[in-house]
Amino acid sequence: MEHTSINVNLKVWRQKNNQAKGEFKMYKLEDVSTEMSFLEMFDVLNEQLINDGEDPVAFDHDCREGICGMCSMYINGKPHGPWQANTTCQLHMRAFKNGDTIVVEPWRANAFPVIKDLTVDRTAFDRIIQAGGYISVNTGNAVDGNSLPINKDKADASFAAAMCIGCGACVAACKNSSAMLFLSAKVSHLALLPQGEPERHSRVVNMIAQMDKEGFGACTNTGACEATCPKEISLSNIARLNKEYLTASLVSDK
Amino acid sequence: MLDSKIPAGKLDEKWVDYKGHCKLVNPANKRKLEVIVVGTGLAGASAAASLGEMGYKVKAFCFQDSPRRAHSIAAQGGINAAKNYQNDGDSTFRLFYDTIKGGDYRAREANVHRLAEVSANIIDQCVAQGVPFAREYGGLLSNRSFGGTQVQRTFYAAGQTGQQLLIGAYQALERQVALGNVTMYARHEMLEVVKVDGKARGIIARDLVGGKLERHFGHAVLLCTGGYGNVFYLSTNAMGSNVTAAWKAHKAGAYFANPCFTQIHPTCIPVSGDHQSKLTLMSESLRNDGRIWVPKKQGDNRKSIDIPEEERDYYLERRYPAFGNLVPRDVASRAAKERCDAGYGVGSSKQAVYLDFAAAIQRYGKGEVSKRNLGNISAAEITQLGKDVVKEKYGNLFDMYEKITGENPYEMAMRIYPAVHYTMGGLWVDYELMTNVQGLYALGEANFSDHGANRLGASALMQGLADGYFVIPYTLGNYLADEIYAKALETSHPAFEEAEKKTADRINTLMNIKGKQSVESLHKRLGKIMWEKCGMARNAEGLKEAIAEIQALKKEFWSDVRIPGEIASFNPELDKAGRVADFIELGELMCKDALAREESCGGHFREEHQTEEGEAERHDDKFMYVSAWELKGESEWELHKEVLNYEVIKPSARNYK
Ligand SMILES: Cc1cc2nc3c(=O)[nH]c(=O)nc-3n(C[C@H](O)[C@H](O)[C@H](O)COP(=O)(O)OP(=O)(O)OC[C@H]3O[C@@H](n4cnc5c(N)ncnc54)[C@H](O)[C@@H]3O)c2cc1C
Ligand code: SF4
Ligand code: FES
Repeated sequence: MEHTSINVNLKVWRQKNNQAKGEFKMYKLEDVSTEMSFLEMFDVLNEQLINDGEDPVAFDHDCREGICGMCSMYINGKPHGPWQANTTCQLHMRAFKNGDTIVVEPWRANAFPVIKDLTVDRTAFDRIIQAGGYISVNTGNAVDGNSLPINKDKADASFAAAMCIGCGACVAACKNSSAMLFLSAKVSHLALLPQGEPERHSRVVNMIAQMDKEGFGACTNTGACEATCPKEISLSNIARLNKEYLTASLVSDK
Repeated sequence: MLDSKIPAGKLDEKWVDYKGHCKLVNPANKRKLEVIVVGTGLAGASAAASLGEMGYKVKAFCFQDSPRRAHSIAAQGGINAAKNYQNDGDSTFRLFYDTIKGGDYRAREANVHRLAEVSANIIDQCVAQGVPFAREYGGLLSNRSFGGTQVQRTFYAAGQTGQQLLIGAYQALERQVALGNVTMYARHEMLEVVKVDGKARGIIARDLVGGKLERHFGHAVLLCTGGYGNVFYLSTNAMGSNVTAAWKAHKAGAYFANPCFTQIHPTCIPVSGDHQSKLTLMSESLRNDGRIWVPKKQGDNRKSIDIPEEERDYYLERRYPAFGNLVPRDVASRAAKERCDAGYGVGSSKQAVYLDFAAAIQRYGKGEVSKRNLGNISAAEITQLGKDVVKEKYGNLFDMYEKITGENPYEMAMRIYPAVHYTMGGLWVDYELMTNVQGLYALGEANFSDHGANRLGASALMQGLADGYFVIPYTLGNYLADEIYAKALETSHPAFEEAEKKTADRINTLMNIKGKQSVESLHKRLGKIMWEKCGMARNAEGLKEAIAEIQALKKEFWSDVRIPGEIASFNPELDKAGRVADFIELGELMCKDALAREESCGGHFREEHQTEEGEAERHDDKFMYVSAWELKGESEWELHKEVLNYEVIKPSARNYK
């Protein structure tokens, strides 16, 4: 692959901690190889800041291959940046031109408070899972895996929903900070499988209640979540979620 | 003396017998017993969930912001199990045999047999949890093959098997959190083992958000903290993967076993420049369909598609006709290095070989034509059909490749090169997964137990889940049954006091160095030493040099590292500094271990010990043992040997020809 070096200007959100007021700061980076990943470019920036005796930019990352869901930068107005179906860590500097100014912010949502700079607290997602995002089966209770054949199309659709990496980009993209795409991915993953059937109704009701409690906003079907989701989780999952919720509300009048 | 506590009796009856006779803890007592689980990857999440379900009071820790992000999430290819669903001759014994042979006869028979026995239960458990494994049209589970075996026993979920398995375990864990049986501490790092009267009784952990040290009591402590491949700086591991928990255990008296046994994975995306922060794996499953080759001519600069068939050297198929592209990882990696060192490498760095799907695309394309009865269609259409099949099988891997390299692997051969991937070595544990420190256990990649000198593909996920779901629930009870009279200790106990002070002092020392070099730059230098002198090929001279260089680097680190920021704050640079300091010490031990093991076996290739054809040469007469190192002082270790007795399998030279 051809590669070149470019200069970029970075406008980065700096915020010391949850209490502090944040602000943008400008940094100049020279000779950035276009073969670098976006986070490697941030590594270079941080090395430069450390050398200059300044505080490096705090950001979350771990796998750097698009699967752990830890990286979370809002780049030029889009969660995870300009590429389709992509995470921040998979974005490469080929996406930018010499002289570009790149604006980098944290996820912004009341339910995701900033910890420092570009790092936010996403434990609200874990609590939504705690509310019912599982199948209640203790270790040792299982029957033979092939005793329950599952229609391949359903299994594939369930897998497509289960691919969600819990990154929160859908929330960051939504003007209402709704977590519906995340939630619908989990509900679909489990509702499409026969194993998920027994808890189907309580699951959806409890998870939605928890989502509301965490302070995520309502869904107004703008579709910004689907457009930004790195795993291309489909909006049809939200439709399924709504149907599941409706049925659950009808049957659960106790 | 090392007592591996392997039960007496016939190999295939040991585990059944153990389960039938181990001590149990009654439900009322379980509620009074506290268990600390450090790490929530496959091993830790499955252990914490299962122990929570059983009624123990569990505290679980991870350094990421959520247990769902543990490095296990990145596993791609699959998980082995001896189900024999394909009716291709698989059995518990064959999985056991393949694992022992793949490990080059440096693993314990009893542990590996148990692993093979429980492997089938893992698949059942995961299916019950809703793990969406790949299925056939009939609705039954699908399998693929992996290296080092001749049967299809690998279960998978596209190229995201680790993700799906971990999410299953994570959900089980969160269910226990909701029920109040497990308390989860995310963004916490364990920094010390607390021992009272020789038994592990808790940990010191640092809350990574506020920087405060915390004391946590436990009747037992389980370390499920993953592997240490990042000692090489560049590896396929996640950026945060580290040895710190295991190393602190080592410093608290736990032996470190076979530290030099490192797995270098043959198919990774090559290094592209100095900025590189990690390497990305291209799953072994690709070797099912991809053919590996280099040009027959040295320094051939033509594009892969311009090199005609007869000018290509499919060197694995040539050297190992029986297994071809599916030889075990260590063999495939060394063969790639051999070709590149000899001047046949490709790409701008010449440190790469081709992994080519052109033949597979044609084969699948033609397959579709006959399957769908398409008759006379154009070559271009056949190719497209083939690409579609390949996309369904490996689409996410191909996308990942394209994002990183900017090249389209459907059109041109992938360039790949070996990279550090997995560490077979780890904390020494007995049959019950307990280290030599009472009450301190190690599970998953953090222990050394099942893979000998080389791990077969798709066996790490199997081992992590075996340890967590099916082994520790029994073996931990056998220990805790005698601990029911031990009251939970107040964390004001002097042992906690002392451990916390030790941790705080170390952090203060680090912060006060205020030197000139960044943590990252020192880590890179360590990685370079390790890769060059303790990597794919090792020799005595290089290892001795490496030890001296690492000792010098350690001095430099402790006198010149620069850590910005404050202790009482969110400070990733400080977290990293502590980890790199531990990696430096581990690096020295790895070189020492590699130097002491004067033979080649599995991932450990000593240049002095090879056959005329360049194959690894084991010396069973002298080295049929596990090296368990005890820390005695700075740069001082004592070697303990656990002799391996093969009662069922007869070790022979591994032959994949
Ligand atoms: C790219 C890649 C692909 C792979 N593909 C496969 C595959 O297809 N099949 C297969 O069988 N194997 C595969 N492997 C290997 C396999 O994924 C790992 O060996 C396995 O997942 C390790 O699981 P674990 O539970 O032992 O540790 P990990 O998943 O690494 O978890 C470690 C846990 O410990 C925590 N931790 C670590 N240190 C501390 C500390 N000091 N304090 C608190 N918490 C701590 C972390 O937060 C994390 O939760 C792959 C590995 C890689 C790198
Ligand atoms: S639905 Fe998509 S954007 Fe939202 S958390 Fe899941 S992967 Fe991220
Ligand atoms: S760092 Fe794991 S998805 Fe980006």
